[in-house]
Amino acid sequence: MMIARRINAWKHFSNGVTINNPVLVLMLGLCSVIAVSTNVLNALGMGIAFTFVMVCSNVLISLIRNVIPDAIRIPVFIVIISTFVTITDYVLQAFMPVIHSQLGIFLPLIAINCIVFGRAESFASKNNPIASLFDGFGIGIGFTIVIFLMGAIREILGNGTICGKVVLGKAFAASPIAFMILPPGGFLVIAFLMGMRNWLSNKEKK
Amino acid sequence: MQSLFLIFISAFLVNNIVLMRFLGLCPWLGVSNRIGPALGMSVAVIFVMLLSSSVTWIIYNFLLLPMGLVYLRTMVFVLVIGTLVQFVDLFLKKNRPALYKSLGIYLPLMATNCIILGAAFLIIDYNYNFIQSIVFTLGVSLGFMLAMIMLSSVRERIDTADIPPSLRGAPIAFITASLMSLAFLGFSGLFGL
Repeated sequence: MMIARRINAWKHFSNGVTINNPVLVLMLGLCSVIAVSTNVLNALGMGIAFTFVMVCSNVLISLIRNVIPDAIRIPVFIVIISTFVTITDYVLQAFMPVIHSQLGIFLPLIAINCIVFGRAESFASKNNPIASLFDGFGIGIGFTIVIFLMGAIREILGNGTICGKVVLGKAFAASPIAFMILPPGGFLVIAFLMGMRNWLSNKEKK
Repeated sequence: MQSLFLIFISAFLVNNIVLMRFLGLCPWLGVSNRIGPALGMSVAVIFVMLLSSSVTWIIYNFLLLPMGLVYLRTMVFVLVIGTLVQFVDLFLKKNRPALYKSLGIYLPLMATNCIILGAAFLIIDYNYNFIQSIVFTLGVSLGFMLAMIMLSSVRERIDTADIPPSLRGAPIAFITASLMSLAFLGFSGLFGL
């Protein structure tokens, strides 16, 4: 019984990272991924903020799933999710003001992020709190991995640094491919990440 | 104080909501396969956005600010926009069936459109007065329409092109978006914005 439950928990977690990867597979929440991935620190900040909101709202919704009347479940989800978003917003503002100002309006916009809503509706409102915890965690980590990858690629190519440390030599850092940290670079990197995922899954099928 | 014209140009071209600020990517990619639906969506966005921006501006400045409830803004805005969309949906269905039919399924999709909420937050960030926020909203929504028309016209051609299998669909659309946004970078510095 215990082992079966553990396997299930692992399955919920790893599904979120791979099969249900919110960004690359479901193509949800793209706005914030492209917008804040200009460097690694911002990307990590966004990933952690998102994971926090995702896990908390998933668990809370699943705890009260039998109490919520079906007709008003959407407004209830909205209130729960935006409460956690507001908490994250103010905590970041107090303890990491630099990252908070970099994330700008994309932090409050987590409140209407389609991923959080989608999981609340399709998973948390039908499963027990433990499963929802792992599902939320998996989705959050899947999101963080993609945004971290994008942040790393864009910072290395566009600035010649990673977390502020010079990589690829001083000559490259002096004249990097500056357009990678501007908006066009964001579109280009996400395009090739998606293309790579498609290529990998096509190869698996063969 | 910025003149209204500069606010409009800034929202419309220089800081185009889709290509420079990355808001509303889901509908931008989702309904840009054909030019007809793309236009329908854009009109729905303009319509709902003008309404929602004025309503959220009034609520923020006359209700939340005086009562010291600014921390509730995220929740209040999401709920207000959701309710407003429902309301507009019902109103049009009953009183303007022709318009309702042409907006179709795009209207309910508005509730989760990040452009609308994003514009509401940006208006607060920029401290715009009522007239300025209306002009800003107009610029943002027309900018969305421009991006929408551009992408859908390109995608109609892409359909017939020979593209590597792994890049078909969303990836090639993003590469197109990247080139467009590179072109839009040329607008930065226009009128000193």
